[in-house]
This record gives sequence, C-alpha cells and structure tokens, in this order.
Amino acid sequence: MKNTVKVHSFHGGIHPPENKKQSTGAPISLAPLPSRVVLPLQQHIGLPAEPVVNVGDRVLKGQLVAEAVGRISANIHASVSGTIIAIAPHPVPHMSGMEAGCLIIESDGRDEWIEHQGLEDYTRLPKQELIEYIRQAGIAGMGGAGFPTDVKLHLGDDHIVNTLIINAAECEPYITADDMLMRERANEVLGGIEIIAHLLKPLHIMVGIEDNKPQAIRALHAALDNSPLNLDIVITPTKYPSGGEKQLIKLLTGVEVPSGRIPADVGIVCQNIGTTTAIYRAVVHGEPLISRIVTVTGQAAGHKQNYEVRIGTPFADLLDHSEVRREQMHRLVVGGPMMGITVSNEQIPVIKTTNCLIAGSIEEMPPQPPAQACIRCGMCEQVCPAELLPQQLYWFAKGKEFDKARHHNLFDCIECGACSYVCPSNIPLVQYYRFAKAEIRKEDEEQRKADHARIRFEARLERLEREKIEKEERRKQRAIEAAAAQAAKKDAALSRATTAPASGTMASGAPDLKQLKSNAAIARTKLRKAEKALANAQEKGLEGIETLQATLQQLQLKSEQAEKAYTDAQNTPVQKHTQTAPETDLKQLKNNAAIARTKLKKAEKQLAAAHESGDGDIDALKAQIAELQAKNIAAEKAYKEAESGNNPATAADIDTAELEADIAAMQGKVDKAESAWKAAVESGSPAADKMAAGVDKLKDKLKALQDELTNLRSSASVTPPATVDTSALESEIAVMQGKVDKAENAWKAAVESGSPAADKMAAGVNKLKDKLKALQDELTQAKVSTAAKPAPMTKAEPATSLKEMKQQVSIMRTKLKKAEKQLAELAEGEANPALEADIAELKARHDVAQAIFNAAEAEKAADAARQGIDLKQLKIDAAMARAAVTKAERALSKAEADHKQTLEEELLAARTEAEKLNSTLERFSE
Amino acid sequence: MSAVLIAVLVLLGLGLVFGILLGYSSIRFKVEGNPLVDQVDSLLPQTQCGQCGHPGCRPYAEAIVNNDEAINKCPPGGLSTIEALADLLDVEAIPLDAEHGEEQIKKVAYIREDECIGCTKCIQACPVDAILGAAKQMHTVIVSECTGCDLCVEPCPVDCIDMLPIETTLNGWQWPVPKSGVELIATDRHPGIALEADA
Ligand code: SF4
Ligand code: SF4
Ligand code: SF4
Ligand code: SF4
Repeated sequence: MKNTVKVHSFHGGIHPPENKKQSTGAPISLAPLPSRVVLPLQQHIGLPAEPVVNVGDRVLKGQLVAEAVGRISANIHASVSGTIIAIAPHPVPHMSGMEAGCLIIESDGRDEWIEHQGLEDYTRLPKQELIEYIRQAGIAGMGGAGFPTDVKLHLGDDHIVNTLIINAAECEPYITADDMLMRERANEVLGGIEIIAHLLKPLHIMVGIEDNKPQAIRALHAALDNSPLNLDIVITPTKYPSGGEKQLIKLLTGVEVPSGRIPADVGIVCQNIGTTTAIYRAVVHGEPLISRIVTVTGQAAGHKQNYEVRIGTPFADLLDHSEVRREQMHRLVVGGPMMGITVSNEQIPVIKTTNCLIAGSIEEMPPQPPAQACIRCGMCEQVCPAELLPQQLYWFAKGKEFDKARHHNLFDCIECGACSYVCPSNIPLVQYYRFAKAEIRKEDEEQRKADHARIRFEARLERLEREKIEKEERRKQRAIEAAAAQAAKKDAALSRATTAPASGTMASGAPDLKQLKSNAAIARTKLRKAEKALANAQEKGLEGIETLQATLQQLQLKSEQAEKAYTDAQNTPVQKHTQTAPETDLKQLKNNAAIARTKLKKAEKQLAAAHESGDGDIDALKAQIAELQAKNIAAEKAYKEAESGNNPATAADIDTAELEADIAAMQGKVDKAESAWKAAVESGSPAADKMAAGVDKLKDKLKALQDELTNLRSSASVTPPATVDTSALESEIAVMQGKVDKAENAWKAAVESGSPAADKMAAGVNKLKDKLKALQDELTQAKVSTAAKPAPMTKAEPATSLKEMKQQVSIMRTKLKKAEKQLAELAEGEANPALEADIAELKARHDVAQAIFNAAEAEKAADAARQGIDLKQLKIDAAMARAAVTKAERALSKAEADHKQTLEEELLAARTEAEKLNSTLERFSE
Repeated sequence: MSAVLIAVLVLLGLGLVFGILLGYSSIRFKVEGNPLVDQVDSLLPQTQCGQCGHPGCRPYAEAIVNNDEAINKCPPGGLSTIEALADLLDVEAIPLDAEHGEEQIKKVAYIREDECIGCTKCIQACPVDAILGAAKQMHTVIVSECTGCDLCVEPCPVDCIDMLPIETTLNGWQWPVPKSGVELIATDRHPGIALEADA
C-alpha cells in the first residue's frame, strides 16, 4: 500500500503510548437498550436546541424532541421509544461538571422506530434541500468539537472548495472508534463521502489515516474498488496530534492555514469519518443521529471494545455492560487521555461527541506530580504542533499579561497537551492557556457590553436633553396662549358690559371659565418662577431675600385669588353646565392641592438642607413652610369640600375609607413610635420621656380615630363601606399576624443568644399580640354588623378598594422588612442604639408620608371610580406621594451616615412636621 | 541667477502646496473632543453607577484627564480597570479605594413583577434605559441591557427590585486559574518520547 500523494510534515508532535490494541480485539457490539436516556439540549457548538415535546409525551425512536435554534445549532432526536419524564438540569459531559438542561426519556423497551425513509436518489434533490435534510437529522461533528455539519456543507456556497479531507487519523491514544468503524463499515464511510463530495464538488478528496491502522486501510481500499469515488487514501506516520485539523491539512497538502482563519479560506474542508457515516445513514436510511460508536477501555474495564451506543445512555450503563471493576477504576475519562476530561458522575450521558470512555486504573493514570518552576528547557517549544512558544505563553498567562499572550498567538493553541506532556517540571501548561483564553474572551465580552452600555447611556442623555428643550418650548407656547387669552378676556369683558347680559347661555359661561383658568395658570407660573428665584437666592446666600419673599407672598396671594375666582365661577355654574363643570372644578382643585403639596415638600427639603449645612435663613424658611402648609391644607380642604358638595350621597363612603386609611397609618405610627421609644429607653437617651409622651399622644389620636370610625359606621345608612372595611381589616390582621410571627422569632433568637434586649422584645411581642387580638375582635364586629345590614354594593367600589389595598399591603411589607432588618441588627449586638432610635424616629416620619400617600390613594381611587376622572390624575398624585416616601428614605440613609448633632436638629424638624401632618390628617377626616 | 530664482520659486511653491494641504487636513480631519478622555472612557466599564462620585463613566474619565482624579475609584471595573488606566496614563497602579465600594461579582437587576405597582421610578433612575414599563403597568428589566449599576433599587417604593448575581451557564463557564498539584490527564507518560524537530 503505497501513498499516491506526497506526505508532508508538521512541526513538533509527540509519541505517547498508543494503547489502542486492547480495544480492537472484538468487533463493534450493540450496547443494551438503556432503561432511560438523558439527552442534553446542547451537544454541539452553538445555541442549545429548544424542546418541542412536553413532559409526559410519548415519543418514538428517531422522533424530533428538540429543535435547532438559529443557524449554528442542531436538532435532537429521541434515541429510544418511551415517555418524556423530565426536562430538567442534569449533569452533562463538560469540564465544569455543571448541570445543563436535558430531556430525560424513560424507555418502554419496545424500541419502536418512528416512520422513516431515506432518499431514493439524493443527487436529484437540489443541494439546499439535501443540506436541509442533513440538518434535520441533527448531525454535528463527531470527532470531538461537535460543530453542526450542515454549516460546513454550506461552505461550498461562498468558498471555492478544492480539497475535501476526511479525517481518519484518530491520533489520540486509546481511542479506536473510527478504526473499528472503517474496518466494519467501510461502505457506509465511502457512501457518506460520496454525499459530501456531491455537495461540495471538490477537485480532490483525501482520506488521512495513520499507519497504525492497517486493517482499516485495507478495508477502505477494498470498499473503494466498488465505489465510483476518486479519492486518495493517504497514510501518515503515527504522531500525536496528526488528527488536529490544521495539522492534518499540513500533512496532506503542505498548506498552512494562516492564524485566525478557517481551512475553507484556503479551499479545504475537513470532515470526520464518524460524521460521514452519520450523513450516509441519514440520507440513505433516513435515520437521524441517535447512536454512535464509543470505545470503552482502560485497565479497569472488563471488556475493552467498541460499542454502538444510543445517544443519551448514562455512562454507568455502559460501564456496567463492559464489567468495569469499580474498585480498580481510579479515574473515568471521557475522550482521550490527552484532550479528554475527567468526570466524577457516572450518570452523565453519552452525547454526539463522546468517542471514548477510559476507566483508568491508578497505575495507568497516576495523579499529576506537583508543578515545579520552569527551567526553560525549551522542550515544550519543540513539540508544539502549532509552532507557538508555550513557555512564553505560560509566563504571560501566569502573569495575567493577556494582551501579550494574545499577540503571541495564544488562540492558535489547539490545547493538544503535547507541551504539558513533555514538560519535565510538570507544569499544567494547557490549563494556563485555557484560563488565559477564557479571560481574554471575557474581557472582550465585557468590552463589547461596555461599548453597548455607553451608546445607550449617551442616547439616553440625548433624549433627556431633547425632552427638556421640548418642554421649554411647550411652556413658552402656553405663555403666549395665555397672553392671548388674557387679551381676549378683556375684550369679552368689554363686550359683555355693552351687550345686555345673555341669559346664561353656553357661549357666555364657557369662555369666562376658560379665561379664569388661564389666569390662574399664569399666576401659578409666576409664582413658581418667583419661588425658584427665592430658592436660588437662599442657596447661594444672596442678598435681597426679603424682597423676594415679599414678592413671593404677593404672588401667592394673586395666584390664590385667581384660582379662587376660577373655582367660584365653576361653583356657580350655569344650569346647563352642571354635567361638566364640577368635574373640571374638582380636577382643578385636585391639581391645586397636589401643587401645594409639592411646594410644601420642596420647601421642607430646603429646610432640611439648611439645617444640615447650618446656614441659610432657617427661620424664614420655616415661616415659608408654615405658610405653604396652611395653603396646602386650604387647597385640599377646598377640594374636599367641593367634592363632598358634589356628591353628598357618597360622602359617608369617602369618610369611612379615609378614616380607615388614617387609622392604619396611625397604627403604623404608633408602632414605630413605640419601638423608637423602647430603643431610646434602652440606650438611655434623654429624649425618651418626650418620646413616651409622643407615643401616648399618638395612641390617643388613634383611639379618637377609631371611635370616629365606629360612630360613622353605626350611623352610616349605606353598608358598602362595611364590606370594604372588613377586607381592609382582614389584610391588616394578616399583616399584624406576620408582625407578631416575626417579632416572636426575633425574640426567640434574642433569648437564645442571651441578648439583653430579650425582655423588652417579649413585652413588644405581647403588645403586638394584643393588638392583633383587638383587630380580630374588630373584624368580627364589623362582620356581624355587615351581616346584620346586608345591602347591595356598587361594582366600582370593591375593585378600587382592592387595588388600593394591594399597594398598601406591599408598602406595609416593605416597612415590615425594614423593621425586621433593624430588629435583626438589634439582636446581633447593639452597635449604636442612639442612632437606631433616631432612625426609628425618622421612620415614623417616613410612615407619615406613606400614610398620606395611602390616604390620598384611597380617597382618589374611590372618587376616581365614581367620577370617572382616572389614571392621569391619579398618577400625578401617587407619584407625588411616592416622591415624599423616597425623600424620607434618602433622609434616613443620610441620617445614618451623619453625626448626631445634625441628626437631633433634623429630628426636631421631622417631629414638628409629623405633628403638622397629623393635624392635616385630622382635618381630612373631619 | 535664473536657476536660483527657479529654485526659490519651486521651494516657495512646494511650501505653499504643503501648507495648504496641512491646513486643509487639519480642518477636514479634525479630532472632536479630547481624545485622551475618549481613551480613558473606553477603558471604564460603563456601568454608569456613579460609585466613583461622578455622574457616570465619562465625567469620571474627564475628571481623571483634566483634574488629576485618582484612577482607583471605580469598583465595578476593579483591579483590571485600574491596571489598564495605569498603563494608558503611565502612572503607578494603586489598589482600589475601598471608600467607593468594593469590587463585586456581576449582578443584574430583577423586578418581582407581581409586586410592582408601576410607579415608573425605576425607569427614571436607570442610566441605560434597561427597564421596560409604563405608568400603572408591571415593569421588567431587559437583562441583556442591564449593567448592574444598582441605581434602580433605591427609588422603588415597594422594594421589589433585587440585584441577582449573574448565573454561570455552561457557555459562560470559565476555566479557573490552574492550581499546582491538581489532577491532570495527560500523564500516562512512559519513556520513549521522541522529540521531532523534523519528521
Ligand atoms: S518544557 Fe516546561 S520546563 Fe521546559 S521550557 Fe517548557 S515550560 Fe519550561
Ligand atoms: S497545547 Fe497549545 S501550546 Fe501546547 S503544544 Fe499544544 S498547541 Fe502548542
Ligand atoms: S436596570 Fe437597574 S441595575 Fe440595571 S442598569 Fe438599569 S438602573 Fe442599573
Ligand atoms: S420603582 Fe418599583 S414599583 Fe415602581 S415601577 Fe419600578 S419596579 Fe415597579
């Protein structure tokens, strides 16, 4: 057997002991049918396949169970008939030892094929369809990498393929799967090559085979005699790693594939011998890839031979069948000894790329001796088939100089392990390269992500800028319109004076209102501007603040007048307008209230800032805030009055809902205040007395509110509120129950750890329990009263109350979580009790804000449903209330960082504020 | 004489031509902005989290270039960023300034969707528009766009945003640094290794 073509040579290479004879003694035998198969969704390079069956489905052998996603991916077929019992993570053959998504099929033992049929004459099919047919069979490179074969078959489209190389080198020790395949199924091998040749139309076909497989060579030659194929069987000297793609190309053609290119760039396509067989079976018999040849060998294996194994068969089945002596098996290696991986879990399945299982004994595969320093002997360099400088790469990888490693062509390394093999210092060189490659890939990925993020960030900035400009323009537009409206109004006034007053027609009423509205808007805008100027001045400590404030007050007055005029006009509507006027009126009022609130908040924030920095005109600011608060209250009151005036029938409903929200808020406040007080007592803070008084006061208030609620309820003739009430109560009870549980847990933990706070906690728990009890009683009462007076309820109300309750509950949860965190910290060991007390105090403040939010939401939601004013308004209100929450939180976090002095001051401010807000609350509920 | 004149004229002409050429190209190929800032910016991780004390990565880059800001204030970038910056600016690499936070594993925001009340606060906080949602609607994070900056967590009034570590998948898994003494495979060595300088 002489070579007809000249065999070239590649650099380096090693001659490890072959150990192939052991497994070639017996012919390929069928492995027994596994009782269950595990099919990883990713057995190939590319994207994992997507399951197309469900758990519980019955599948037949060869049925498609997972479909390729995207271009580089492969189908997966059931390898036995049976039932899908799981689609779940399962250990897979991977270096990481991690789990990945797998389809698990329990075999029914019948091994029933799905209906399948090969192509009668594939040459008649268009190439694209033939390739698609091969893709459907789920074939991926069976030599080791698992690259989807159909992608390689497409290479003929955009590359000129001169040479087709069939890789039959099988250079790695131990593995004989390809060898046996060629010996026994040479016809199938050649049939597959024919199909590939038909698709790629190469000028030259070569089969590269190492000279240690004489029988396979003979079998191929024999088969070739009956084949129309014109190919060269090229026998190469045995040397590891001649089966490497680029190495084999060099051997057979003398062409070197440049760094960073694929063989197709130089007109060459490589296919593995196993893959050609799979293609043959798919095209001629219509069988998808559901089994493959696996070598089972190693000193611990009883029968060292090749098996035809169903994809998905767990290793354990195969090892049992070949009677592996487990006690002798030191290491189970998947793949060859040079490039394979050690696995520890025998449940890992055979996949499309599994060509060999080595049950190695300890003598066969001894543990690697510890690495020593590199002695710069240069042996690694002499054996490297990729002509790299392994030693240099090692230094770069070790020193994390990845850039340099990359410039030394790290990515040309095929991880063959030859350098590690010869290194006298036992340095795990390949591991270093793998690590370095992974790091570089990660860096590249991060860079890509960072660039992407930058683009998005810049786009966002641009968008914000644009929005700002647009807003400004709209504002200007409005100002112009307002001016025009003003002029029109003057004209109208004139004309009205001259013409006799029309008898309340639509025409005369409408423009009047509009004008008034725009007047109010203008006044408001002016006011806002003045406020901004004032804030600016205060911030910078500029002079003339007094004048500014005076102007501001004047403007406020004006604004109020304008708005009042407007509301008055609305409140005395023309008969025909009753339908629309109150609505606009309400909206306007609501807006007013909201604006007043925001202003108030702004001022408060300013005040806080001033406190912190210790400068600025604090008194003036306080006065301003007081004023704003008054205004705020007035605005909200006006709104509420207007509302109740509009809907006298539903006033009672609103009241109870409001009251309930208030009570809930109050309850929360009481809780917080108590905990704060307790903490204060513990830490011996001087503020404790004051706090106790505060707690009492709060409790009184709560009591008053509850009384009020009961009163209202008993007097209410309409019952719907009662239904709302019970559900609210129930949720409250649930929350309370949760609190009790948590508190108890915390208490128990404290007792266990012997914390001094345990007693206090116990008291707290009891108190919480009492509260819970009270709430439950209340609920029963409420229920009784509801039962006594069952009445039809409107549809809108329960819905809104539900929505509102959901939010309340979620906020409650947040609060609870925070409290727990605090409690946990407390139990862990009292770092700074004084600070904690302060925090609790601040939290109370935060609660108030939230309570307002709740109340506002409750009330808005309720009347929104009734009035048909909806989301838009609600959104504004909710957002503002929430802004208050955020601000409080921010203040809280700041407080934690800052020192005590500032804190105390801020606390005082917070307390006064809380007080004021309370009064607001009370006013609301009156 | 005329030879001298010709030489002078030729030189003058050449000078004029090149002058125009240079002048033109300096306008035509003008480099916008400060290229060093761009370079520094491209080394920063673009998380836009503000942990460095600047409102984003670019402002920090500007501060580094223009105000001699220290290069060790970016926790998401960690040591590798500091080293890259030190390399670029030719200064000593210094350890991360712990005051600005510690280097953490990469995380991504996750919204517990049934708790979201649709307040849009998180959208406003996100520097890379990685959150999808509308008022009163459920919100969600586009994982592939999220830089893990943490900025959306604080504004959420119902605390329904979690920062979850990015899970390692089979494709995301990486080889660790080799430890000496670990078990390797390429070991069934026997005598008889032939070195092949040439076959
Ligand atoms: S073979 Fe080992 S000891 Fe010799 S130069 Fe290479 S890495 Fe260093
Ligand atoms: S593992 Fe890489 S560096 Fe080492 S011999 Fe093989 S190709 Fe060369
Ligand atoms: S979603 Fe949150 S963590 Fe992610 S980028 Fe946006 S703000 Fe940062
Ligand atoms: S901040 Fe929280 S509640 Fe608001 S929209 Fe975002 S996730 Fe939802």
